[in-house]
Amino acid sequence: MPDSKEKFELLNQVIEELKDQPGALMPVMQRAQNIFGCVSLDVQKVIAEKLGVTLSEVYGVATFYSQFKLKPAGKYTISVCLGTACYVKGSQKVLDRLSEELNIPVGDTTDDGLFTLQATRCLGACGLAPVMTVNDEVYGCLTPDDIPDILAKYRE
Amino acid sequence: MENMINLTIDGVQVSVPAGSTVLDAARKANVHIPTLCYLKDVNEIGACRVCVVDVGGRALQAACVYPVSEGMVVKTNTPAVRRARRMVVELLLSIHDRKCLSCPRSNNCELQDLCRDLGIDDDNRFAGEVIAHSVDDASPCVVRDNNKCVLCRRCVAACHNQQNVGVIGAVKRGFGTSIESPWGLQLAQTGCVGCGQCIVACPVGALREKDSIRAVDRLLESGKHVFVQPAPAVRAALGEEFGLPVGTPVTGKMVAALRRLGFEKVFDTDFGADLTILEEATELVQRIQNKGVLPMITSCSPGWVKYCETYNSDFIPNLSSCKSPHEMLGAVIKSYYAEKAGIDPSQMAVVSVMPCTAKKYEARRPELSNNGLPDVDEVITTRELARMIRSAGIDFASLPDEDFDRVLGESTGGAVIFGATGGVMEAALRYAYEAITGQELKQVEFHEVRGLKGVKEAVIDLGSLKLNVAVAHGTANAQKLLDSVRSGEKHYEFIEIMCCPGGCVTGGGQPIVKSSKRAEINVSAARAKALYSEDEGKPRRKSQENEELKVLYSEYLGEIGGHRAHHLLHTTYTARDPYEQIK
Repeated sequence: MPDSKEKFELLNQVIEELKDQPGALMPVMQRAQNIFGCVSLDVQKVIAEKLGVTLSEVYGVATFYSQFKLKPAGKYTISVCLGTACYVKGSQKVLDRLSEELNIPVGDTTDDGLFTLQATRCLGACGLAPVMTVNDEVYGCLTPDDIPDILAKYRE
Repeated sequence: MENMINLTIDGVQVSVPAGSTVLDAARKANVHIPTLCYLKDVNEIGACRVCVVDVGGRALQAACVYPVSEGMVVKTNTPAVRRARRMVVELLLSIHDRKCLSCPRSNNCELQDLCRDLGIDDDNRFAGEVIAHSVDDASPCVVRDNNKCVLCRRCVAACHNQQNVGVIGAVKRGFGTSIESPWGLQLAQTGCVGCGQCIVACPVGALREKDSIRAVDRLLESGKHVFVQPAPAVRAALGEEFGLPVGTPVTGKMVAALRRLGFEKVFDTDFGADLTILEEATELVQRIQNKGVLPMITSCSPGWVKYCETYNSDFIPNLSSCKSPHEMLGAVIKSYYAEKAGIDPSQMAVVSVMPCTAKKYEARRPELSNNGLPDVDEVITTRELARMIRSAGIDFASLPDEDFDRVLGESTGGAVIFGATGGVMEAALRYAYEAITGQELKQVEFHEVRGLKGVKEAVIDLGSLKLNVAVAHGTANAQKLLDSVRSGEKHYEFIEIMCCPGGCVTGGGQPIVKSSKRAEINVSAARAKALYSEDEGKPRRKSQENEELKVLYSEYLGEIGGHRAHHLLHTTYTARDPYEQIK
């Protein structure tokens, strides 16, 4: 992994490469997210300054598109399926319980950097509904009461 | 010959230049189309859909952005059009804080007008989820209440395009969208310059000035000697709040109203403006003679000063060290006048009535004080003065014309025109010409620095010296001017910059003119005309002819630009980082 200084050097190269094309903001932000894993305040400030746009514009774009993350993703990304089958089998309740246990809204990352919580579309495991994944591990036939034990496993 | 397009609007034949919108054409045909997000020359984005019309296609189109075409048939008042407009407004109302009774924009609200005109009879038809926003009132200048925001983006356009500040924008999307500063910051934590152009752009009550009326009331009942001073631009616009046409000067009635509100003396910021001219023009002459930092740039406009400190700090040495006129007058009231009247300065308070919200921030600057006492204690805007007059039950229209109090009430034409873009420059030239050439200036009007062009340039013949000057208004224009100086493309000795487009007459604290009216008349030009006509009517038009000012220098200040003047009337500046709060 490149360190922070190298990452900013990479970002500067990307900006140099793209800055003269019309509508450079979006591709620069996408490449920045690839480099840093998110578009944090420091990254946004550099983009704003180098592209000659305001921080307001950069932040507006970053919050408009759900693909942009303001914080780096946690060590474990929990994805709860809200596809039709999982939803009718109660996956919203599972998601709500996760949000409550982690004390973050959907789409956010815990302050300790351990968990990112997100909702996804169909994971293709409808037979196991409701389903969620933690990184690459799949959990099926969930009830909200299963959540504390699963989280405890990753907190160890 | 311009390419003209012929079309029919509600059966009326009309011919307009190619590139016009349906809204432009409708105005020419005297057909009224309601709008909300549209603000001529500022925000033309077709966002709110209130102005939809039938242009014969499948879908209704937004008249404010839809281009005209040859033979087009437009219908603006079919039942389907009216139904669509009503629904747009009803949906807005479903998330709108409808406390009209206590809203500062009640009776001057474009949403209220739409409800009345479109016949909205159920303000709760689409009741549902509402996001509760906290009110941001941490800034000394601007209060944002997003519970009343209609997401029209007029404030965003003013902040980004006119002012090049851009500290607000649309955040998130869809139902969750709101207009705010990045990263959840309050306005006070950003590089906001406090100009209030967002307030005068807002069609509703989502933006307003930070109210200082209660603070003024507390001063009035504190037992202190409370002095008041109105700025030049206030007299050109206050009348609008009482139903007078835009551009009606009301100097005499304004003075009478201030006296009836209980202020001990009504002094004139115009006196401070004459004082500023003497100090500032002298500073200019000294900089030229001593090869000081040039171009010198005016420092009267606190929004501009903060913009310079925040976004162009390399130009701080170019800023005139002069305090702004009301700060100068405040300092003189609490020193010279205190001595003359035998009042302890700590028992004095100065209230300024300004066309400006940034002055509220300026008055709090610690460097604008003397012996620990602020030069100015409170600042109210023209709008707040109007509210005070109304709530005091004063019948403005029937007030007699009264004059300012002596010995800080005299002013010349040079001071009066400070309120219009180019005015400070012109007043300074009226002084500098005589100071440099030693000859009497016969023709006092410098028309080349008047008018509403974004950046004005002129070469002024001062005998042996050819003075290169430039004037910019609106900080986006100012930025272009500064960039051209920085790159070495342009060379000037003297620059006037006013933060607000049009200068102080259209400052962020002035009466709010609705979008429909702004499409009809040029508010800046109309109000400036009131000031220029007052200038023409003055027996003395050059600041150096102000007799009370001569007495002030001979009795108290000594030399222009001398030691005592420097101590009382000049200041310093600080480089600022726009986002220092989130480092």
